Amino acid sequence: MNLKKNIALSDSGFLFNPSSGDSYSVNPIGIEIIKMMKEGRSNKDISKHILENYAVDEATVEKDYYDFLKMLEQHKLIQKDEQ
Amino acid sequence: MKKQQYERPVIQKLNTGLMNKFGTKTEYSPVTHIDDVGVKDLINEFGSPLFVISEKTIRDTYASANRAFKTRYPKVQFAWSYKTNYMNAVCNVYHQMGSWGEVVSGFEYQKALKNGVPGNKIIFNGPDKTIDELKSAIENDSLIHIDHLDELYTIIELVDEVKKRPRVAIRVNMDTGIYPMWDRFGFNYENGQAWDAINKIILTDKMDLVGLHCHIGTFMLAPSAYGIAASKLSELALGIQKKYDKKIQYIDMGGGFASKNTLKGSYLQGVDASPTFDEFAEAITTSILNAGFVEDELPLLILETGRALIDDAGYLLGSVISNKRLSDGRRATILDFGVNVMFTSFWYDHKVSPAQEFSQYTEDAVLYGPLCMNIDVVRENVTLPPLKKGDHVVVHTVGAYNMTQWMQFIALRPAVVLIDLDNKPHVIRKRETLESIDANEQLPSYLKDFKL
Repeated sequence: MNLKKNIALSDSGFLFNPSSGDSYSVNPIGIEIIKMMKEGRSNKDISKHILENYAVDEATVEKDYYDFLKMLEQHKLIQKDEQ
Repeated sequence: MKKQQYERPVIQKLNTGLMNKFGTKTEYSPVTHIDDVGVKDLINEFGSPLFVISEKTIRDTYASANRAFKTRYPKVQFAWSYKTNYMNAVCNVYHQMGSWGEVVSGFEYQKALKNGVPGNKIIFNGPDKTIDELKSAIENDSLIHIDHLDELYTIIELVDEVKKRPRVAIRVNMDTGIYPMWDRFGFNYENGQAWDAINKIILTDKMDLVGLHCHIGTFMLAPSAYGIAASKLSELALGIQKKYDKKIQYIDMGGGFASKNTLKGSYLQGVDASPTFDEFAEAITTSILNAGFVEDELPLLILETGRALIDDAGYLLGSVISNKRLSDGRRATILDFGVNVMFTSFWYDHKVSPAQEFSQYTEDAVLYGPLCMNIDVVRENVTLPPLKKGDHVVVHTVGAYNMTQWMQFIALRPAVVLIDLDNKPHVIRKRETLESIDANEQLPSYLKDFKL
């Protein structure tokens, strides 16, 4: 699962999908995750980064991170790996 | 290195150009304290969920209602509506401030007596008064508000037995221009039923007709309807004076004043839509003052408002059990309280505030209660910051009807805490236990044993 290449994200959390014309608002931790996804970092790597930097337990990160990915998928902002 | 505060990642689609005159507020302030007591401390000490009542808010609200009426009319008496909230501690706060008791059942009548309200300062309303309850009310010189002819005839029969003249009023229903018109209680004004009852009471000469009572509706948003009701009752009172040369001592306008809650489907928020005490007071007192009473003979004005006095003082604290995503992508948050303890969520969109700090990002969510029942919805649609398991929330304006209409259904009912004027919390009702529920059950001996 990768973030679509043409997705634009501002530092303030304004996200724009040029293919659909839809725009979104993302909170700071969401911005951080999307930026890491854009860099091509793995899910495991991103979860680890959150755990290291935020006061949160592993189970919560797992639940919330996969829920966030589901939302990105629902909004058609990510594409499945071409395999 | 200190770790940053965690918040669930959130992405929210931006919709522009939707038809919404007001826009949605996205900046909330957390409600971390009730009066000066921390929400977290209250939950740690008394458990979650928890009803909290602010004595300061009760007293401030009462003072403002009292001021609104007493600055406009010389003789005003409040009577605390027990059914709205009959926690003894709450009733006694009102009694300390001078409220009489207004009850609608034998159970509430007993409660008022037990709280120390003198019998002659209890107003006994409602359609169901048993013979024993009526006898006791006559003996205690309470004000009996007659609801129907059968009750009137029962009282006539009881007078010879009790050998005391009861003090009575009749409840009058009438068209005040509002819908629905409440005509199931009392005697109708327009079709002459009220006069029939008055004639019967006066001509049998077995009881004293001391007052006239009405209660035109509930959660009333139109003060003008009270103006019409007060005019009609005044006209009746003056008519009785003219016909029988008897003075009516009081006019009881009942209750029904709206609180600041927001009714489901309401276009405006309750704080904007609900009239103030001054608006209700202006409508009622102007009608009575202009009705034609001689200045020295103005009747006492009794008010039985409950909801508008107590609603703001009540809070329900609770915790998040879980978050889930519904099939259409909406966030669903499950709380540890539901319609079982917050009955009013059936008709209000209650304001819900998070009890801890958060960023300004919000999500649309449905708030569910903990019951394994589909009806258990606290808010169908609410915009809230992301809440995580264990976070606390504060529901506002729940002081009226919840602590009397709550259900012991599936779960046990929570404790109720009163925060006094020195910010000290007092448990005024303990959390229910299995023992307190089982205490009234009896198991036939042949059902005690079974093998599985």
